[in-house]
Parts: sequence; C-alpha cells; structure tokens
Amino acid sequence: MRDFDFQTAASSAAEPAATVLAVNNLTIALPAGADRPHAVRHVSLDVRQGEIVCLLGESGSGKSVIAQAVMGLLPASLKAVDGGIELLGEDVLTASPDRIRQLRGEKMAMVFQEPMTALNPIMRCGAQVDEMLAQHSRAGVGERRRRILEIFAHVRLPEPERIYASYPHQLSGGQRQRIVIAMALILKPSLLICDEPTTALDVTTQAEILKLIRELQTESGTAVLFITHDFGVVAEIADRVVVLRLGDMIEQGAKLQVLQQPREPYTRMLLAAVPALVPRTRPPVEKAYPLLDACGIGKTYVTGSWPARKRKVQAAIDVSLMVHPGETVGIVGESGSGKSTVARCIARLIEPSAGDIFANGRSVAKARGRALYPFRRGVQVVFQDPYRSLDPRQTVGASIVEGPLNFGVPYAQAWQRAEELMTLVRLRPDALNRYPSEFSGGQRQRISIARALACEPKVLIADEAVSALDVSVQAQILELLDDIQQRLRIGILFITHDLRVASQICDRVIVMRRGEIVEEGAIQDVFLAPRHEYTRALLAAAPGRDFAFGAA
Amino acid sequence: MSDDHDPMTLAAPGAILANLEVVPAIRSRTPLWRRVLRNWSVRLGCGALLLLIFVAVAAPWLGTIDPTAMDPSSANLLPGVRAEFSDLSGATFQHFFLMGTDSLGRDIWSRVVYGARVSLSVGISVAVLALTFGALVGVAAGYFRRLDDILMRAMDSLMAIPSILFAITLMALWRPTLVTVIVAITIPEIPRVARLVRSIVLTIREEPYIEAAISLATPTVKILWRHILPNAIAPLIVQGTYVCASAILVEAILSFLGVGLPPDIPTWGNVMADGRMQFNQYPQTVLFPGVFLALTVLAVNILGDGLRDTLDPKFNKRGS
Amino acid sequence: MPFFLFRRVLSTAPVLVIVALIVFMILRLTPGDPAAALVGDNGTSADIARIHASLGLDRPLPVQFVKWTGQLLQGNLGDSYYMKQPVTRLIAQRIAPTLSLSALTLVITLLLAVPLGVIAASRHGGWLDRMLMGLSVMGFSVPSFVVGYILIWAVALHAKLLPVQGYASLSAGIGPWLTHLILPAITLSIVYLALIARVTRAAVAEALTEDYIRTARAKGISEARVLIRHALANAAVPIVTVIGIGVGLLIGGVVVTETVYAIPGLGQLTVDAVLARDFPLIQGITLFFSFVYVLINLLVDMSYLLLDPRIRY
Repeated sequence: MRDFDFQTAASSAAEPAATVLAVNNLTIALPAGADRPHAVRHVSLDVRQGEIVCLLGESGSGKSVIAQAVMGLLPASLKAVDGGIELLGEDVLTASPDRIRQLRGEKMAMVFQEPMTALNPIMRCGAQVDEMLAQHSRAGVGERRRRILEIFAHVRLPEPERIYASYPHQLSGGQRQRIVIAMALILKPSLLICDEPTTALDVTTQAEILKLIRELQTESGTAVLFITHDFGVVAEIADRVVVLRLGDMIEQGAKLQVLQQPREPYTRMLLAAVPALVPRTRPPVEKAYPLLDACGIGKTYVTGSWPARKRKVQAAIDVSLMVHPGETVGIVGESGSGKSTVARCIARLIEPSAGDIFANGRSVAKARGRALYPFRRGVQVVFQDPYRSLDPRQTVGASIVEGPLNFGVPYAQAWQRAEELMTLVRLRPDALNRYPSEFSGGQRQRISIARALACEPKVLIADEAVSALDVSVQAQILELLDDIQQRLRIGILFITHDLRVASQICDRVIVMRRGEIVEEGAIQDVFLAPRHEYTRALLAAAPGRDFAFGAA
Repeated sequence: MSDDHDPMTLAAPGAILANLEVVPAIRSRTPLWRRVLRNWSVRLGCGALLLLIFVAVAAPWLGTIDPTAMDPSSANLLPGVRAEFSDLSGATFQHFFLMGTDSLGRDIWSRVVYGARVSLSVGISVAVLALTFGALVGVAAGYFRRLDDILMRAMDSLMAIPSILFAITLMALWRPTLVTVIVAITIPEIPRVARLVRSIVLTIREEPYIEAAISLATPTVKILWRHILPNAIAPLIVQGTYVCASAILVEAILSFLGVGLPPDIPTWGNVMADGRMQFNQYPQTVLFPGVFLALTVLAVNILGDGLRDTLDPKFNKRGS
Repeated sequence: MPFFLFRRVLSTAPVLVIVALIVFMILRLTPGDPAAALVGDNGTSADIARIHASLGLDRPLPVQFVKWTGQLLQGNLGDSYYMKQPVTRLIAQRIAPTLSLSALTLVITLLLAVPLGVIAASRHGGWLDRMLMGLSVMGFSVPSFVVGYILIWAVALHAKLLPVQGYASLSAGIGPWLTHLILPAITLSIVYLALIARVTRAAVAEALTEDYIRTARAKGISEARVLIRHALANAAVPIVTVIGIGVGLLIGGVVVTETVYAIPGLGQLTVDAVLARDFPLIQGITLFFSFVYVLINLLVDMSYLLLDPRIRY
C-alpha cells in the first residue's frame, strides 16, 4: 500500500493537473472579544484536480472556517479581510449570493461532520436529493428519480428504492452519510470539501466511507479538500497534507514527507502524541485479589407500552470481568456494543437486570440508596464530556470537596485534600476558587479526575474519558492516568472505542459487540494475534494501521 | 490509603509547583448583574414599575382625595376641570380634577392612583405564590419519575379549564376579598410554571454532572437544592414577570365583569366597569384607567423580555 | 397505527375525569355551607334547603360525584336556576355567535401571525424583527376590552363605518354577518396574534440554527425554500402546540369581547350567569369549554402524526 501511494504521487507529478481550488493568503477576522484577532491568518493552499489534500489541525485551528469561506457559508460575524479564494479561476469571496448559490452543488459541494443531524428530519431522503437536482438541472421528474437511484446504488446504499422513500431517522449514521455524499456528488462538482465526515462514525463504518470517498474521487477526478484531526485518516487517504494551528499554517507537503520527516516542531509534537496501534509493554500486574468482580452482568431494556407489544432490548448479556490493583482493564467496542451500559452498571449508576458485582467482598448489584455509599467510596467515575461533567455554577473546589463531605470528612481536611489533588493533576491549587468555564477541556478533565480521586477510591471507571479531547491533550491525560495508577495502585476500568488509546494504556482488553463479549485477554494477545473475526475486522479498519505512529 | 502511597510524600513540593499549569486569567467578564442592568428593556420596565410603586405608595400625597367619596353634584366632570367638591359629611373644597369624575362624582385620578395599590399587590402576590407552588410541583414531577405521570395529568387538567372561567367560578362562590381574588388568580397560573420547571429539571437531570453527583453519593435533596434549583432560578424569574403581568390583567377583567373586588374599592377594572354604560359621552372613565393598565402590563412584560434576554438565553424558548 | 391512535384518544379520558373532579370539588370545597354561598346574602333558609336537596349536598362526597358524573355522561349538565331551562339547551341556543366569532378570529390570526413570525425570524435582529416583536409585546399587554372600546369609539362612533354592537347570523347574509363580527374579531385576535407570532419567530429562529439548514444552503437552493420547506416545516410542531394551548386564551377573551360588543353568545351567557350567581349554569359552561379545549388539543396532538414522521404513538 505504501508503494502504491508513492507511485501515483510520482506519476501525477509528471503532468501537473489543473488547480481547482486556490486559497491565497487568506485572513479571516474574528469578532471583537474573541481570544484571538483572526480565525485564520495568511493561509495559502491549493487543491488540484484528482488529488486529496488533508487539512489537519486540532480544535480551534480554523480548519472549518476555511471550508465555510470557500462555500460562502461563513457566519455573518466572520469577515475575510485579506487574500482571496478562487474556484476554477473564479473569485468566490466577492461573488454575488446568487452566483454562489449556483456554484454550490454544480461546482463545489460539502459533506459535514454530523450525519445524524445533516438531513431534514421530516423530508424523505429521495426528496431532499431531488430538491437539489430540480434547482440546478432541467431534467424532468422521472429522469431525476432515475439519476438519484443510480447514485444511491453507486454509493453502495442497499435497496436504493427503499432508501429513496425513507425518512432519515429510519437509517443508520453510515447510511445517512452516504446519502449526504451522494447529494454532494450527484452533479459532479469539481471540488468536494469534507469536514470531518467520519469523526462521528464507528471505526468500521469510517473505513468504508473513506474507501468510498477515495474510489469516487479516483473515478471522476474530483479535487477533495479533506478536513480532519486524525493522523490515521491522513495516513490512509491523503495525497498532500496542510497542518494548521490556531489559524496559522505550520507546514504543508506531500503526505509521506510530512508524516515521516516533519520539519516543524509542532508537527513533530503532534505525531509523537498519536498512540501506536501496537500495545506498549507494561509492568506486570500481580493478581492478588480483585478490587472489583463483576459476574454475568446483563441489562435488558423493555420498551413499548400497551397496547403495543413490549420489545426487549438486551444492551448487555452475560459480561464478566475483574479489576486488580494496578491493572487497567479496557472495554473496546463500537456504538451499540454495550460497553457504556456495562460501565454504568458496574458503577451502579443504573441497576443491572442480571448478574452481580462484588467490591470489598460485598454484593452491590441490588443495593440502593445509603447501602451503596461504601461502594461509592471505593469506585469512582470519570465521564466523557469535560464540558458537562462539572456543575457550571459551582467553583471547581466545591465540586472536588463534594464527595469527601458526603462521606463525613471535615471541611478543612477535605479542602486540603483538594489542594493536594490539584497538584497531583498538575494544576495550581489556587485555581480552586475558579469556575469550570475558565478552564480548557483538558484541564476540566483533570479536575474531574481530581474530583474522583478525592474520595480515595480503589477503582476508577473512565467512560470514554479522553474521546472528546485533542490528540495532544489526550496524550497528557493518558500519561497522567498512568502516573496516578503507578503511585496509588488503583485499578482502572477504561471504556473506549479508540483502539490506539486502548493500546496505550490497557493491560487486559475486552472486545464487545452487540452486548456480548467477543474476545478478551492480555492486550498483546488480543491486538497482535486476534482470534475472533470481529476483532480482526476492528483492527483492520483502524485508519493508518500500517503507519508506525508514536514511535520516535 | 496507606501512608507510603500518599502522593505528597513522593515528590519535592518546590519542583512540582514550578511545573504546574497556570490557569489563564479570566478575560474581564462583566458580572451578571451589571449586564442585566445595562439592558434597555430591563431599564425601561424596571423604571416604569418603580414609578408605579412610588405612585401607589405615595397615593395620599399626590393631589388625591378620598377615592370613595361621592358627590353627585359633581358627576361626570370632564378632565382638567377645577370645581367644587362636597362630600357626604357636608364639607366643601376646591379640587382640580385631573381626570374628571365618574357618574357618582368620584374623582377618577384618585381612584386610579389608589387602584394601583390593588393591581400591584395582586400582581406581585400571585407571581410569588404561583412560582413557589409551581416550582415545587415541577421539581417533584421532573425528578421523580413515578410522580411525573400523575402530577402532569393533574396539571394538564387544570390547564384545560380556561383561567378566567376558573377564576370567575371561584369568585362566584367566595366572598370577594383581596385574598380570595389572589388565590382565584393564582391557581390557574400554577400549571404553566410547573411545566416550565419540569422541563428544566428534565433537561438538567440528563447532564453528566448530575450523574457525577450521584456517583459521589450526594443525597437526592442536596442534588435538587445545590445542582438543579440554581439553574432554574433565572427562567423562573422571567416567568414570574409574565405571571405578574397576566395576573394584573386578569384582576382587571374580573373587576370589569363585576366578579372582582366590591365596587367601592377602587381598582382599575372597577373604574372601567363603572364607565361602561356612559362610554359614548364620557369616555374618560374607561380610557384613563385603561391606559394606566395597558402601560403597567406593558412595562412588566418588557421587563420580562429584558430579563429573559440577559439572564438565560438558553431557556428563553420555554414559557411565554 | 390505529392501535396508537386509539391509545392516544384513551389517554384523554383521565384528563377529562380530573377536570370534572376539579369542577365538582370547587363547589364542595367552599368554606362554610356551599348552598349558603350559592344563595347569597338575600337567601332564606327555604332556598338553602332547596339547593341542598337539588344538588344532593347531604350525601357523602363519592356518592355525589358518581351521581353527578352519571348525569354528565348522559349529557345532562343540570338546570339553570334563573332561566329555568336545562343548561345544555341554553348553551345550544347561544353557541352560534361564539362559534362564528372564534372561527373568524382564528382565520385572521393564522393568516397574519405565521407569515409575520417567519419574516421576523429570517431578519433576526434587524429593525423589522425588533419592530414586530415590539408590536407583539404591546399586543400581549393591552387588555382586550380597552382595545375594544377604543375601536368602537374610533371606528363606529366617529367614522360611523361599522355597527357598534350586536350580532347578525349567517342566515341574514354574509355582509351583515361580517360587518358585525369584524371589529370583535380584530379585538379578540390581537392577543392571540401576538402569541402565535412570537412563538413562530422563536421556533423558526431555532430551526434555522440546526445542521440540516446548513446542508440545505450548501445545496444551493433558494433562501425562501430553505425558510419554508426546511425551517418552518420543522418548527410546525411547537407552533401548532401553542395554537392549541392558546385556545384557552381565546375562550377567556371571548367572554370579555362579547360583553364589550354585546354579542349574545356563550361569553355573554357566562357573565349573566355570574352576575346572577347561577351556579349550575356557570359550572355547565366551564365544563363545556374545558371539554372543548381538551378536544382541540387532542386534535392538535393527532396532527403531529402528519407533521412529524418521527412521532409515533
């Protein structure tokens, strides 16, 4: 695969392809009061026919703003103050709104990040694509329907006729994204802009969509501007890469050159932060006694009320696991695998329908209310969304001492512990009087960790705790968790959908699918020699799997 | 946690502190109360309301006479007339009738000014009572799933009875006093507040920080008081102003229809009811109190809009 | 599907029962003797005894309720004291003017409010938006009877354009029917219009922030189509909901408006009943209006099935 890429790059260098998109020295100003004066500053890049240019950056890098500027979808508060954008030689920054509307769909099209909300929920899918065709072409009703069904088949949607008549909520995320892609490509535009189109999808679906985009693009020679924050995706499909940071262009070049011989320190730092897919070697864990022992956990949801028949949804079926001191057990799976359900059952945020949970020799599966307090002391949770896990109306210090106060620790002692913990998570203790809104995402996640540790737990359950963070911040948090685990010998139950993260931090891993355990074992065994075909499929779908990240 | 695993003993304090992250200083954010007061709607509404409160409190000193004093000989004087007024005890004096008199010779200006007292006390009392009871019901329904169904059915049923009809029905049975009027107007207002609070509680209940509080073993009452209620205060205050405006209107309507406070107590509705029959020739009895009523309700509504825009833009879709 | 509709219809039953219960309890929970309250200050003990007997007030409460509900289910709302006729007959006699007034008001409101709201939302923050919203706050605040009198004064008395009071039924011709009803309908519709316009604006403005609007614009379709086919269509559910709830406001307004314009409808009947302290009549009208409200909101709920394919009961 590596050689193949190299050859296409070499052959396309022989005859320079036409430039479809040219961004010249573009500067877009932010409204007054923002944390910096410009969303993007002096950015120049171009995309030629038949190539995929990846625009890579972390959050706040301004990559989406560039895409919006090209499509003429900038919000009114953002204005281009310098530079220009040319699409097939035509200036789009100064074009009239009518001209831009004409260009959209015919010459340039965009695919957005969230497929679940990208389609009008009360209009049939076929009608939504039809609307666009009717606007831009003069084909009749029958002809339009034929073309839509044709492209639906082309993007590998099963039963195009049924999909034509369906409403978006009846389809999966992957199917919806295919419809959006179909809608974008039906008029054969010269430029396709993809703004993180696979970030919200499962890794297997992501692999399919990436493959689809690559195929369609090769077929019709469309120029693609692909925006992402994921180096794996870049490794998978890019021809050239442009790296952005806080509105400035840091580096650009051919993919292999940027990924293997980056010039700038920022790019090097980013590359080093990407966890390798190959598991790290970790110190051995002594399996003396389990801190947490879950046996046969099951959770069944019953939906539907009279007179409709009741439907049972089994979110988790017969899941058993153990966590020992100093051990990190990972649960990996895609959406709907039940991993979060299991985590919340074990954390006793919900009650399991079957099975039992033992902590400290006591059974807690059916316990409620006050009976759970000793359990809660020993088992704490760190949640996924750092922006919503802290009460915005309480100071950070109040959030951290809440737990100890509930367990009867005197206030002065609890506060002192809070200060120590802030230091442990590498934040200044005097920030305890600040409110969550004054911290960044990564800092808030550290505060959440401190809050969990304040109760002096023996087990920490991290439910997708790093999924919402940038890759550089993610690396810091993972390192912090590792550090804490070494010092305090706590057990960690780590839920994630990201195989690289699991490789970085887990000793044992459990692979789940549709509520059941598919495979489990030491992480080296599972990842390097997977036995179950689903595990193999998961590993094969991880983007950039052939690329050795994180090494060096 | 045994001592040799205590994190603080494992590292030299100085080295650690030097490497700690500094939280960036907050950009100067205007404190909430200042943002609220800068809003034009808030200023306008608040100013008008304060003016009205002043008028109501200072009624005896604003060129008024006894609002219940009748003088048939001075009936139906036009506004702006200076005339003699002789009350029932026989005393006579000169008085400037700013707004004229009604059919029984009572000074309209005095009745309007004293009427402000009734309107304001009704408006504010109803708002406070409806908010309190509505919040209790709303929190119970929103947080405890088992109570939700039965409480919301009760609230839906209460909402099904048009509020004015409900108030009229109650007033037809009870003795018309200030207290009964307040209660009659409050009861139909409770369901709307309850619905609003319930929807807020339902939203907040889904937030991860509530789950975090549960996992920290925070008792339910404390969760409600410290985490949920503070987030509901802002929309509640906004809704309170709308309830106040609505209550003032309903009281006026009740009086106008003849089922509010007794006709001798001056309320804006009563004054307008008096003037109904002779509206064609002497419109002042209806128009003056009507304008006062409209401006008062307008001021409170504008205040509510201003508060809504500044206090909690997230929740401004609900209610209204 | 029919299963689901059936279940939805069935769920209104508890609401109706509780409404009946509330109305029932209002009289029985009056402090003191309810019969004495009904008779008023000028009643004799004979009157009180008569009322006790006719309402069965000495029986235990549950028995009273069952008996009363039984009567209700047979369509018997009791008899009016002062008019000496069954309440149901009185309601039937007076319903036509109220229905005409309400229908005309509804038409005027919907024709104006929704387009105004959509325009305000599309020019969010602009001068047109602010002006429309300012007008709507005023519409909310000015009491309808004040507006009524001002309109009467301005249009009817001075310009002598339209009849001041009274009602002409449809059988007398469309012209008189309309001229008699147009002023009251405008008076009544002002509050309703303000409410619907505001809600439309809020709902459409929120719909415009959704992702699918961005997709729609990226397709290059016209802004008008984006506004109507995408934003308004998705805002339909909250708007229709408020139209249903606003019926409560409408009913209250009808009482006042009919009084001001001397229209012999149900509103006027209510006022007469109140002044005469004719409790069975008041109770009957309140029950009637409440049931109408519940019915209309049931229709609104059912309309969701047409408006939003995601909703299934």
